[in-house]
Amino acid sequence: MKELLELFWIFCKTGAVTFGGGYAMLPMFQNELVYKRHWVTEEEILDYYAIGQCTPGIIAVNTATFVGYKRKGVSGALIATAGIVFPSLVIITIIAAFIQNFADLEIVQNAFEGIRVAVSVLIANAVINLWKSGVKDKAGVFAFFVVLVMSLWFNLSPILIVIFAVLFGVIIMKVKRRGERP
Amino acid sequence: MTYLLLFYEFFKTGLFAIGGGMATIPFLYEISQRYPAWFSEAMILDMIAISESTPGPIGINMATYAGFRTAGVLGGVVATTGLVLPSIIIIIIIANFLERFKDSQLVKDAFYGLRPAVTALIAAAGFNVIKVSLLNLDLYQTSGMLSNVFNIKGILLFAVLFFLTNKIERHPVVYIGAAALFGVCTGNIF
Repeated sequence: MKELLELFWIFCKTGAVTFGGGYAMLPMFQNELVYKRHWVTEEEILDYYAIGQCTPGIIAVNTATFVGYKRKGVSGALIATAGIVFPSLVIITIIAAFIQNFADLEIVQNAFEGIRVAVSVLIANAVINLWKSGVKDKAGVFAFFVVLVMSLWFNLSPILIVIFAVLFGVIIMKVKRRGERP
Repeated sequence: MTYLLLFYEFFKTGLFAIGGGMATIPFLYEISQRYPAWFSEAMILDMIAISESTPGPIGINMATYAGFRTAGVLGGVVATTGLVLPSIIIIIIIANFLERFKDSQLVKDAFYGLRPAVTALIAAAGFNVIKVSLLNLDLYQTSGMLSNVFNIKGILLFAVLFFLTNKIERHPVVYIGAAALFGVCTGNIF
């Protein structure tokens, strides 16, 4: 019971103080889980992150689930995940309630007009970074533009796009390996 | 009934949004088209701004905000639960054969196709965002004047912020705050 509470508290704390999502949390996880408590090794944390990137869902949540499961099985996984989610749930609910009451004020509307431009910039930067790390060759460029057209003009569901992209990757790599073999 | 739908929609998002917080944006657009009463496309932008300016994982913040706007406090809880449940299930399964998953060629191959696709999905969402923040399509349609299409103030701010974010690395909340201030100060001038 004590360890379950500790699990909740550690992840709750991390969720409450780190801005900016999964990557910002990595140093905090290393400090709490590796150096202070020796619950997991440095390598395990990096493994969790690598897997977090290639499984659905949010990296920070996946890491919490992993650590919780390793310590206390399924109940540990649930408690750790609840911990990391809890602060957001409280903070965002308060903000959302607050905004609902002030959304009609002219000053708030003007502020959001500026904020939307900032969000456009953040998304543009995210796309540029993802392009640099993920689009490596002609097949990648091809996949990018096909998905862009499908999504913008044909409104194809992102779910179908994700499924097709997985199939595309697996097939292209199979063909490539076959070509390399003498 | 709304709770069940919220849970279902965010469960799907959690299952298919691979690769971090921004990857949830295309799914939010799909939801807003299917359920216009829940939240509008413009509201997605506000959600992103709020999520980026508050602590916690961005995906979670977006689910909570969208759920709350749609169905109150319980709606926020239900949407968030829906979003994290697929990860919990998948991670518990993977934790049992971690080594094999880590070195799996199939997983690496799948990612070869997934990375460009996710980039394009977020880019497409970005176009929709830009449409709302930098163009005045409504004004153009009512006035018919081509010069009204572009939101000059927005485009100027975009150029300046784009330059600054790539020159000086600061937390997004700094730029969001500066843009809000700019919006308030110039709100009645242009």
